[in-house]
Amino acid sequence: MWLNPSNPQLNKKGQLHHLLTLEGLPAELLWQILDTAKSFVGVKVKKVPLLRGKAIFNLFFEPSTRTRTTFEIAAKRLSADVINLNINASSQSKGESLLDTVDNLSAMHADMFVVRHGESGASHFIARHVAPDINVINAGDGRHAHPTQGLLDMYTVRHYKKDFSSLRVAIVGDILHSRVARSQIHALTTLGCPEIRVIAPKTLLPANVEQLGVHVYHDMRQGLKDTDVVMMLRLQNERMQGMLLPSAQEFYKSYGLTRDKLALAKADAIVLHPGPMNRGVEIDSSVADGKQSVILPQVTFGIAIRMAVMSILAGTKGNG
Amino acid sequence: MKIHIKGGRLIDPRSGVDAKKDVYIAAGKIAGIGDPPSGFTANRVIDAANLVVCPGLVDLAARLREPGFEYMATLESEMKAAIAGGVTSLACPPDTDPPLDEPGLVEMLKFRAKNLNQAHVYPVGALTQGLQGERLTEMAELTDAGCVAFSHADCPINDNEMLRRALQYAATFGFPVWLRPQEAALARHGVAHDGQVATRLGLPGIPVCAETVALSTILILVRETGARVHLARLSSAEGVALVRQAKAQGLPVSCDIAAHHAHLTEMDVAYFDPNCHVMPPLRTERDRDALRAGLSDGTIDAICSDHTPVDEDAKQLPFAVAETGATGLELLLPLTLKWADESKTPLLSALAKITDAPARVLGIAAGHLTPEDVADVCLFDPEQYWKIEPGALKSQGTNSPFLGLELKGKVRHTLVEGQLVYEAK
Repeated sequence: MWLNPSNPQLNKKGQLHHLLTLEGLPAELLWQILDTAKSFVGVKVKKVPLLRGKAIFNLFFEPSTRTRTTFEIAAKRLSADVINLNINASSQSKGESLLDTVDNLSAMHADMFVVRHGESGASHFIARHVAPDINVINAGDGRHAHPTQGLLDMYTVRHYKKDFSSLRVAIVGDILHSRVARSQIHALTTLGCPEIRVIAPKTLLPANVEQLGVHVYHDMRQGLKDTDVVMMLRLQNERMQGMLLPSAQEFYKSYGLTRDKLALAKADAIVLHPGPMNRGVEIDSSVADGKQSVILPQVTFGIAIRMAVMSILAGTKGNG
Repeated sequence: MKIHIKGGRLIDPRSGVDAKKDVYIAAGKIAGIGDPPSGFTANRVIDAANLVVCPGLVDLAARLREPGFEYMATLESEMKAAIAGGVTSLACPPDTDPPLDEPGLVEMLKFRAKNLNQAHVYPVGALTQGLQGERLTEMAELTDAGCVAFSHADCPINDNEMLRRALQYAATFGFPVWLRPQEAALARHGVAHDGQVATRLGLPGIPVCAETVALSTILILVRETGARVHLARLSSAEGVALVRQAKAQGLPVSCDIAAHHAHLTEMDVAYFDPNCHVMPPLRTERDRDALRAGLSDGTIDAICSDHTPVDEDAKQLPFAVAETGATGLELLLPLTLKWADESKTPLLSALAKITDAPARVLGIAAGHLTPEDVADVCLFDPEQYWKIEPGALKSQGTNSPFLGLELKGKVRHTLVEGQLVYEAK
């Protein structure tokens, strides 16, 4: 209302200094990242020297295979030195040690942190506390954001569909807990996608979700009708039965993506999934491995996107 | 010590006075207003030109953090904050460690506070032992030890039968019960208002129904038990509507809000500002406006500081795991004045919310300035701006959502029982 802090991702010149969320980033910046990534996809040589001599710390407070590995590959292709730290969040006595960890790593002359953390806002918190010459990339924080995933999804959509301005996109599943869905929604609205649908039971939708600029569907068949892009989300095991859902089977019945349901989308619709997949829960194997699936290309593009983000951030200075 | 407060604008909400009048103090009491009592010679004359002279402020919720949380704040630090904020009487919630559930703890707190000779401290006793929600406390003993009311602070009472029995027992003796309406199960894991900001930031939400379900339960039990209940820290438009309705039906309830809720909304959480992690959560603009309307039409009796000093380590964390609360004793006056300014509320009515009204809720002889009253007085400059920053605060807690802002209304002098206990430099 009247407390009005500035966007913590941008430096005073408006350049991207940290990548924490896709919300509020200008479209030109997103296009720049996508274009830069494209230039990396075409490159045949395995290594480019853009980040030679830079130390990148992968700071993972939550387990991850795919995201951490692709960040590592991306950094190595840019000739950076990569240090992987898997920190068991439960072994941390919370507060001081999170800050202490960051302070200590900064003292080791880190140039960039790639952070995955279970708390929403953790990467904002770290970005606020690091020295001004250090860049922070959010590799997933709680339910809040997973910006490089959102970007690689945009890259994938652009690769297959060329243009966002006439697309109808459906995002299906556990929107409530999904940082991926939030990043996808922000990116799609920024890039000019005219129709975004979210498809989920009421128990898996956050309050006022339509204010993010999406149309809500509870009936998957209606929601998928005539869509160009179907983005599936992972349903965490612990949420498959309890207060929010009765069982994985019943979720599959209503919200699992089968060939049958996919047939309602446009014939050339593509299917994305951020992985890891629960086959037979949110997606049927015949769809996951089918010809409309672009799930494996997503992973490949993920490396290029992360190279693009790292190389762009390495070129900007903070407000030191 | 005889004091002559000269040339100030006296505002006393209870007697409805708002006029340029001198105040004469002798033997710890108000000896005269307007004209000096016969034979009065002052030891000290305080020049109050351009200052407002009003009753010392009465705060319904200030955590002093003793016993148990001395690393967050101490009685010494927070009593200094109180008088620097013009607060001369304050009620402290029982959520200390151990909680205020035994007479000895209450007596010790009263004793320590009295020795500091600053603001008057009114402990609120725990409604159940250890605030566990299982067994009643010895309310009569605690009352004898100095408790003015009983509450469950922010701890849940999960069992409605426990709540009903506690209200019945308190009603037997006429002990007031203060409750913050929040249904624990509905608020579980929540850290922010369940609305568009929590959705954007991916923060677990506390829905409005956590407040309204609890309020409805409490109001039904008040009707059944006849207990005198004070509803603490309303946060939602629907909550205000329920209280308005209950008051119209003549239920013996009163209520308050925290000063920051008169100003801030969920939007102020911005980029996960942990200083905006408060309980109840900051809600929408519509809710904030309804709270203001409730203040104006009298549904909401009082504004309190909900003073909660938190050490820096406990706030230096990602939003959800950062400790809740904001420091508030020194902001109670300026935030109330800001509300008055913005809502065009006369100063007399605005000051009533932090003097006369909370004193009535507490049932204490304070919050008013007429001859023979105890001379608890606050003198402030209503036009002076000051910047909210750690160095400007006496409280050990510097956790404020308002850090960096300039607010109007600076306390110049505070008197407790006729003693000048605070004087701004």
